[in-house]
Amino acid sequence: MGKHYLEKAFNDKLSANEKIFVPYIMAGDGGLDSLEERLRFLQECGATAVELGIPFSDPVADGPTIQDAGVRALANGTTLHSVIERLEQFKAERTIPIILMTYINPIFIYGIERFASDCVKAGVDGVIVPDLPLEEEAMIADYIQDKEIALIRLAALTSPEERIVEIAERTEGFLYAVSVTGITGARTSHQTEVKSYLQKLKQHAHAPVLAGFGVSNPKQAQELGAYCDGVVVGSKIVDLFHQGNTEEIKKLIQES
Amino acid sequence: MITLKPYTMPNTKGRYGKFGGKFVPELLMPALIELEEAYEKAIKDPEFINQLNYYLKQYVGRETPLYYAENLTKQLGGPKIYLKREDLNHTGAHKINNTVGQALLTLRMGKRKVVAETGAGQHGVATATVCALLGLDCVVFMGEEDIRRQKLNVFRMELLGAEVRSVSQGSGTLKDAVNEALRYWASHVTDTHYIIGSVVGPHPFPKIVRDFQTVIGEETKKQFYEQNETLPDAVVACVGGGSNAMGMFYPFVQDEDVALYGVEAGGAGIDTTKHAATLTDGKVGVLHGTMTHLLQDEDGQIQEAFSISAGLDYPGVGPEHSYLHDTSRVTYTSITDKEALDAFQFLSKTEGIIPALESAHAVAYALKLAKEMNGNQSFVICLSGRGDKDVEQVKAALEGNKNG
Repeated sequence: MGKHYLEKAFNDKLSANEKIFVPYIMAGDGGLDSLEERLRFLQECGATAVELGIPFSDPVADGPTIQDAGVRALANGTTLHSVIERLEQFKAERTIPIILMTYINPIFIYGIERFASDCVKAGVDGVIVPDLPLEEEAMIADYIQDKEIALIRLAALTSPEERIVEIAERTEGFLYAVSVTGITGARTSHQTEVKSYLQKLKQHAHAPVLAGFGVSNPKQAQELGAYCDGVVVGSKIVDLFHQGNTEEIKKLIQES
Repeated sequence: MITLKPYTMPNTKGRYGKFGGKFVPELLMPALIELEEAYEKAIKDPEFINQLNYYLKQYVGRETPLYYAENLTKQLGGPKIYLKREDLNHTGAHKINNTVGQALLTLRMGKRKVVAETGAGQHGVATATVCALLGLDCVVFMGEEDIRRQKLNVFRMELLGAEVRSVSQGSGTLKDAVNEALRYWASHVTDTHYIIGSVVGPHPFPKIVRDFQTVIGEETKKQFYEQNETLPDAVVACVGGGSNAMGMFYPFVQDEDVALYGVEAGGAGIDTTKHAATLTDGKVGVLHGTMTHLLQDEDGQIQEAFSISAGLDYPGVGPEHSYLHDTSRVTYTSITDKEALDAFQFLSKTEGIIPALESAHAVAYALKLAKEMNGNQSFVICLSGRGDKDVEQVKAALEGNKNG
């Protein structure tokens, strides 16, 4: 488990000339009891890794779908602690890599050192913190990296060249290319500037580049995938799980 | 107490000690950097300063009086009490000091659109006002609970040409309006400036808002000296996010003989869960881009704040207040809804001045403070806004008390 495990999963996929697909789910949405089953299902559908959201009361980078899922998860009593504990329980049976995504405050309150150690115990392979830009990441970076867990950095369409170079340089596991100017959520079409943005990221990144935010159908995934190594799909997957429409999820992953 | 001389906060990283910072998605970072550069350049440009001073004088109506509250002083029989009359500003509160400055900055950055959040509606009105003045498009996010509490301010904003968007997420109050404004800004960052309403949010906002509000403290210092040839013994201001307090305190921070009191909203009491006394009862964390004291649970989920005053109903506080709290330079205390309501009526009757419910918290604490001081001493209350917006709610609260 850890950074190298995640890298291997990505490399295996790319070596087989396939695109990486990382679905996002909200931990505790539908109850934590369904977590193990959902992870297994996503793996069987062909997901390369899973981004697992930990609910936060004030998720400023997220659109309505993930906000609502967070509200449901919090209402179920989901906490960073309970998710880590649950992951630890079925760590031995799980083979799909897990990337935790949450905001800095729950991690800060949990205790950064303790969080890093407990991620190891739970077999977490990577961590994404969307409100921790380059300027603030020193707060957790060393603790996470000491434990050989990938700290995945995000680039944005608004990032100037020098920041892109720095972000691409520092990222581990993959480079998360936020491919809309805005927040998470399904959108119908993508801006044309995205193509040159992804190409620029590819040019600087040593890790795979995955496009995310606003990807909701196989056509978009393929369009974006043409310029990078794959996609992260969040709101659409969260929505389909909430509707209980697992058939559509399977189709989305397999056709992307 | 550690000495704060010279006082140089924030540092170049936007930190006030360990507080502050820029905890925002990468998408917004370039806009914060652009804003910081534009701001630092603007305040060194005499043309910008002249423009700002012109609007503050001719449009806002500055300077505001520092009024010796003789009736209040006599009634309490102790120290001389002065009121800094921010309620006399155009739009009825201190908020416009900041919005004028930020709207002028917006134009300097070549942007023509503005987004803002509002709690009581005072900042929304102040933003909509300057947008009307300077021809900027304006979208204001406001929690649905606050919209209910402050209907007239919603109508005011609409009259001024702003679009008010209701926020139903979370508790439907100021914190949720800030979330939505940040999300909107992220989606429109290339042509839109976010005029944040208090000394909160990511750097450079807490500094910019403080600096634009510092006119309150600077005038107070000068006016008090003109009338008394000395400095006041104490200064009292209410603290929600804390912009009027920060603007009032900042010029006094290095005057160690001047005691500074920040008054938070104690709601139903700080021994209950229904209050907004962040510094009195909160824990350090990160919200809305800054590290500061927050009302939160043991898992780091932000809790709802409660106060009769919509403008103080915020579970965080400006990071510089956290710093001034930890260094003990400012004493932070709290006042309950009931005490604020009493002070609201008391000031109305003794001085013929109806204070905003927010400002009534400062007045209520001043009534206590007066008892601890003597007739040779004096202090200033920052009367941050007028209470016209609150009379309906106060009427309902008083009738409720009578019936209940």
